[in-house]
Amino acid sequence: MRRLLLALLMLAASAAQALAAPPIRVISPGGIEAWLIEDHANPILSLEMAWRDSGAAYDAQGKEGLARLMAATLDEGAGPYDSQAFQRKLEDLSIKLSFNAGMDMMQGSLITLSRHRTQAFDMLRLSLNQPRFDDDAVLRIKGQILAGLARSSEDPQTMVSRGWYAAAFPAHPYGRVSDGTQDSVAAMTRADLVAATQRLGRANLIVGVVGDITPAELAPLLDSTFGPLPAKPAIHPLPSAEVGIPAQGIKPLVLKKAIPQSVVQFGFAGVKRNDPDWFAAYVLNYILGGGGFSSRLMVEIREKRGLAYSAYSYLYPFNQAGIWIGGVATRNDKVAQSIKLVRKELARLNADGVSAGELQDAKTYLTGSFALRYDSSANIAGLLVAVQADHLGIDYLDRRNELVMKVTQADVARVAKRLFKPENLIVVVAGDPKGL
Amino acid sequence: MHRLALILLAVLMAPVPAGAAVFNPESFQLANGLQVVVIQNHRAPIVTHMVWYKVGDADAPEGQSGMPHLLEHLMFKGTKNLQPGQFSKIVARNGGRDNAFTGSDFTAYYQNVSADRLELVMKMEADRMANLTLDPKLIETERQVVLEERRTRTDNEPSSRLREKMGPEQFAVHPYRNPVIGWERDIKAITPKDLKAFYQRWYTPNNAILIVAGDVTPQQVLGLAETYYAPIPARPLPKRERASEPPPTGPKIVELRDKSVKQPLWMREYRAPSRRLDPEGQSYALEVLENILAGGATSRFYESLVVRQKLAASAGASYSADRYDYSEFGFYASPNPGIPMARLEEAMESEIARLTEHGVTEEEVARAKGRLIDAAVYARDSLAGGAYALGRALGTGQSIDQVENWPERIAEVTADQVNAALRAVLTPKAAVTGRLLGEGM
Repeated sequence: MRRLLLALLMLAASAAQALAAPPIRVISPGGIEAWLIEDHANPILSLEMAWRDSGAAYDAQGKEGLARLMAATLDEGAGPYDSQAFQRKLEDLSIKLSFNAGMDMMQGSLITLSRHRTQAFDMLRLSLNQPRFDDDAVLRIKGQILAGLARSSEDPQTMVSRGWYAAAFPAHPYGRVSDGTQDSVAAMTRADLVAATQRLGRANLIVGVVGDITPAELAPLLDSTFGPLPAKPAIHPLPSAEVGIPAQGIKPLVLKKAIPQSVVQFGFAGVKRNDPDWFAAYVLNYILGGGGFSSRLMVEIREKRGLAYSAYSYLYPFNQAGIWIGGVATRNDKVAQSIKLVRKELARLNADGVSAGELQDAKTYLTGSFALRYDSSANIAGLLVAVQADHLGIDYLDRRNELVMKVTQADVARVAKRLFKPENLIVVVAGDPKGL
Repeated sequence: MHRLALILLAVLMAPVPAGAAVFNPESFQLANGLQVVVIQNHRAPIVTHMVWYKVGDADAPEGQSGMPHLLEHLMFKGTKNLQPGQFSKIVARNGGRDNAFTGSDFTAYYQNVSADRLELVMKMEADRMANLTLDPKLIETERQVVLEERRTRTDNEPSSRLREKMGPEQFAVHPYRNPVIGWERDIKAITPKDLKAFYQRWYTPNNAILIVAGDVTPQQVLGLAETYYAPIPARPLPKRERASEPPPTGPKIVELRDKSVKQPLWMREYRAPSRRLDPEGQSYALEVLENILAGGATSRFYESLVVRQKLAASAGASYSADRYDYSEFGFYASPNPGIPMARLEEAMESEIARLTEHGVTEEEVARAKGRLIDAAVYARDSLAGGAYALGRALGTGQSIDQVENWPERIAEVTADQVNAALRAVLTPKAAVTGRLLGEGM
């Protein structure tokens, strides 16, 4: 394949144009809200859900990895069904139910055929309200997470990512590994899991639904499924966070590893999603490293010089801090040159901003490609959740392209001046780089 | 490539209720031999435009593995009418995304764009079917890019290196022994002349499939294809002749020890029929078998190795019928902490032995068939999914009917057929085992 597929573009930043139907707000008799796009073309329904302020960052000190473990065990037995019986029922009805823990939010996904809709919602209800957390199931999932930690501890991409976050957030939960540590995962108890379910309340719930269901059919299912959750979640607030500056100055942090190609991650403070300059930053990122072959990093590092297969950047807006991350992988004797090229582009953008042509190209791409997100029901439902999570409003999908088009060269230059300070760049390398 | 392969497998494993077709495509052939396939999906005003060439790494001449993939990269490097790099720039400027991928049996190019930009991308795709320039200087730069890609995918990744070592054990002479990205020495040795000859031999409309999925009508696609692809003349096409592989003479074992490996991995592969070379229809039975063994948390290997015996963190099986010549039926497992590789291997082997001895049950077959047939309904939900599934099937010598009839063929599979197929395939002589180990393991 010619390009790494980066699943990293921010969901919330893209928007819709011309879906068959706009989302509508469904409010159940019990007061639970969901955004719905009805689509009866296929007998399928996708429901995506999330809980604000409930993710891995909210794991207490010493309990790192709790949200992740809960996400992996909610579907390991609930109500009358032990783990195997629960999974067997899902499989026999072709119901796809899963949970995962992001840094800020716990998320879940339910996909079902229309003919099994009632049972699907029932299985979701059980997993949320009566999870069993049986000892053998929890032990087994812990083993899988520990095996994953062992495997990823030697993966150079994971090494630089963990190294970077630890350096950027030395004293904040964002700097931790969301899967936890060997010790913290091993020590987790059933009581910890039960306590963690209290993060999943009604007040912090977000729901997006796409597919073969009407508002009248959806409303009672919202009540029966989510109604039993605690009204208010039990969550300790997260302190605000600042991305640190490089502790060792301009010198990259090197994680030694005997491999032929070094993997590099670099980054510094970005913008939060509610920053007035969000779209200016988004456009700037496209020009720097978010735009595949057209981006400056790709042109300078890959197209002109053949130094790497992939060179990219992206914005990652946590609730409490925005970050701007990039990466490149290149053979050990080309690491110094590649990092120099990154710094040069950042300095150039800081000094000169972007050209009118670059801005124009970025806008036509970012507005024109919006609809490509509508590839599947689950993707669209996920988008409905992201828009709610970021408080963008139900008409956001219609407004989004205007917001991109409003960005000016001066806006982009201002953001580059404010954020692109090469001396703030935290650079982490895994490999055996020469001449750094 | 690996990740993509898995996604595609999931899609094709995912076809429809008996009696219903899967993707309901319409198909045409232009006078120059180009096959045109259209899948309508009107949810959003977008289309996927793909061209699949029926040529892949297994068609590369001896000593030139990786050339089809390098050529794929170079297809973005300019034509008589378009400057290097402009293809992707123009697609992006029009709000589209484009990319390409190479397999053992096919090479495919695609653009996802707003439906009103279909003509633009079709014009450019048709242009590079006939007018590629292949500038020697750009070839050198791109060769470096591909070597970096190889380092990322393979040299830096012990499990990929193990798979790469297993290929030549499974195939003594057939080119499936080579990795699709190519051996490093081959990538370094490919000349501009080789690339040009290969492009001229295989990149011709009578060796290509055009697939368009999305918010279009077949009439629109056909009209545009007549304008842009029809003028490209057909050329004589060489026969697809690959070395024929002698019967397996295993069992064989490959071990890779690397001090950076902290989580060991066990793999076992058996040569198996592809859909195209499957006179007895075993490929359908093997798809049902794969689902029984690896279809989820209650599947056989997970239930036995992970849940009950607590020896493994993961365990499963894999099979895809989408190969032009041979396919492989594979097993894998990764041990829990403290479980020695020998213990894990013994447990996996005893499960495989139990399978060949006692077979699978009627109930297991019925459950797996239900899941596979339901998966076909899900497959229709994604815009690009149908285009990929059809491209993979047609690119490996299957017909549209085979894709559309898949649910019915799956529905007909019996436990006896599954048991006959697994006994034919899972023989000790065909077994190639791979062990990935860290230091002191």
